[in-house]
Amino acid sequence: MPIIECKNISMSYDGVTVFDSLSFSVESGDYLCIVGENGSGKSTLMKGLLGLKPLKSGEIIYSDGLKRNEIGYLPQQTGAQKDFPASVYEVVLSGRLNKRGFAPFYSRADKKAALDNMERLGIMKLKNRCYRELSGGQQQRVLLARALCATSKLLILDEPVTGLDPLAASEMYDIIKKLNKENGITVIMVSHDIVAAVDKADYILHLSNKELFFGSTADYTHSEIGSRFLYHNCHCEGCERHSKHHHDVSHIKHYTGEQN
Amino acid sequence: MNELLEMLSFSFMQRAFIVGVPVALCAALLGVSLVLKRYAMIGDGLSHVGFGALAIASAFNLAPLWVSVPVVVISAFLLLRLSESSKIKGDSAIAIISSGALAIGVVVATAGNGMNTDLSNYLFGSILATSEGDAILSVCLSVVVLIMFIFFYGKIFAVTFDESFSKATGVNSGAYNMIIALLTALTIVIGMRIMGTLLISSLIIFPALTSMRLCKTYKRVIICSSIVSVVCFIAGIVGSYFLETPTGATIVIMNMIMFLVFTVLSKVRGR
Repeated sequence: MPIIECKNISMSYDGVTVFDSLSFSVESGDYLCIVGENGSGKSTLMKGLLGLKPLKSGEIIYSDGLKRNEIGYLPQQTGAQKDFPASVYEVVLSGRLNKRGFAPFYSRADKKAALDNMERLGIMKLKNRCYRELSGGQQQRVLLARALCATSKLLILDEPVTGLDPLAASEMYDIIKKLNKENGITVIMVSHDIVAAVDKADYILHLSNKELFFGSTADYTHSEIGSRFLYHNCHCEGCERHSKHHHDVSHIKHYTGEQN
Repeated sequence: MNELLEMLSFSFMQRAFIVGVPVALCAALLGVSLVLKRYAMIGDGLSHVGFGALAIASAFNLAPLWVSVPVVVISAFLLLRLSESSKIKGDSAIAIISSGALAIGVVVATAGNGMNTDLSNYLFGSILATSEGDAILSVCLSVVVLIMFIFFYGKIFAVTFDESFSKATGVNSGAYNMIIALLTALTIVIGMRIMGTLLISSLIIFPALTSMRLCKTYKRVIICSSIVSVVCFIAGIVGSYFLETPTGATIVIMNMIMFLVFTVLSKVRGR
C-alpha cells in the first residue's frame, strides 16, 4: 500500500495553474526525486504534499499509518534564520514539538531523541554551538536532524544541497541515501540537480510545463525528457533516436545555409 | 541613600515600579520573537492605534484601558492578517494603520478643547498617569502575559525560528502567531502609559537587539534581554527622578547606552 498517493491533482500559484491532473504514488521505503525547471511547480507540489497549500482539484491519500505530525520536512533556509541566535540543540529539539501536544516542556524522551539524531548525523560536538555560526553543510545537517526528530517514516526535502560546496553536497546526498536504505525512511526530494537525482533516487518525477515523467530512474534515463537533461553513453535504439532529434538543428534557419 | 528612600515613599513612584517592571519584562520576552520574525514595527503601529483609542476614550470620558485593550488587540490581529496577505506588504500596512490611527486620535482629541496635557502624556508617557485601578489591571495583564509566554515557550521558539517547518509538521503556527500578537498588544497598551506612544516600541526592540549582540542561544537571549530591560527601566525611572527629565525618554536613553556597551563588548570579544 502506497504511503502517499496523488490522484489527478491540480495546483495553482497566484491563480495560474502550474500543473494539471498529476497522478503518482510513493511506496513506503521509496526514494523519489522531483525535478524540473524553475517555475515548473516543484515547490508548489511539495507544499501541496505537506498540506501548506490547498489543491485545486484531485486528492492526496496518505496511508493509514501516516499522520500529519509524522512528516519530517527540511525546508529551504529563510533569511531570518541567518542571524537567529539559537544553539544547535535548541533547533534540533524543536523538531519534537509536534509530538508534545499541549504539554509546555520537553520530556526526557524528547531530549533523548534529539541527542540520538544529532549522534546519527555526526553533529554531537556542535551541540552548544550557535546555529548561525555554522557552515552551510553543518546547518543543513542540523535541520535534517530536526526533521528526523519529527518523523521516522517520511522525509520531504526541499533542495537540500542548494548553496553547499561540492564536498558538503555529496556528504548530504550520502546521508540521505543512508537514511533511506538503512533506516527505511521514505524520501521525497525536490531538486534542481538532475544528474545527482538520477544517481541517487529510485524514482523520478519530472515536472515541466508541457510534459511529465513519472517512473523508475532507469526508465527516466532512456526517456525523451530525461535524455534532454542527461549526458550518457547509452546507444539503445530509443536513446539514439532522442540524441539524433536533439542534435538536429535543421529547424534553425541560421544553419540551413539560406543566408549564403 | 536617603534620597532613594524618599523617592520610593511617593506613591506614584511605587506605582510606576509595580506597573513598569512586569511590563518591561513582558516587552523584552516578546521583543525577541518580534525582532527575529521581522515584526519589530508592529509594536510601533500598535502603539499609535493605542493612542487613537486613548484619545477617543478621553474625549468620551470612558475608562482608557477598557477602550484601548480591545481596540489594540483587534488591530494586532488585523496587522498580522495584512502582513500575511501579499497585496499590501507588512511595513506599508503598518504605516497605513499607524498614521491613520494617530490622525484620528489627534482630530478627535483636539475637536473639543485643543491639545491638552492628557494627550502630551499619552505621546511621551507619564508615570503620573496611572490610577490605582489601572495599576491593578496592568499588573494582572502582565502576569497573564508572563504565564502564557512560559507555557508556550517551546512553541514560540519553533514558530519564530521556522514557521513553515512548524506548519508542515502539524503545529498550528497561525494560532501561535495570534498568541504572540495578542500578548504584544496587551503589553503595548499597558506600557504606553509610562513610556508614551512614541517610545513604547523601543521597550520592545532595544533589549532584544542588545542581548543578541552577545548571546548565542535563544534561551540566553531571552534571559539576558529580560534582565537588560528591567535594569534599564529601573535606571531610567531613577534617572528621570533625579535629573527631572521625562521618564519614557530617559528609559530609552538608558537602553541606547546599554546597546552601545554591548556592541563595544561584542566587538572586543570578536577580536
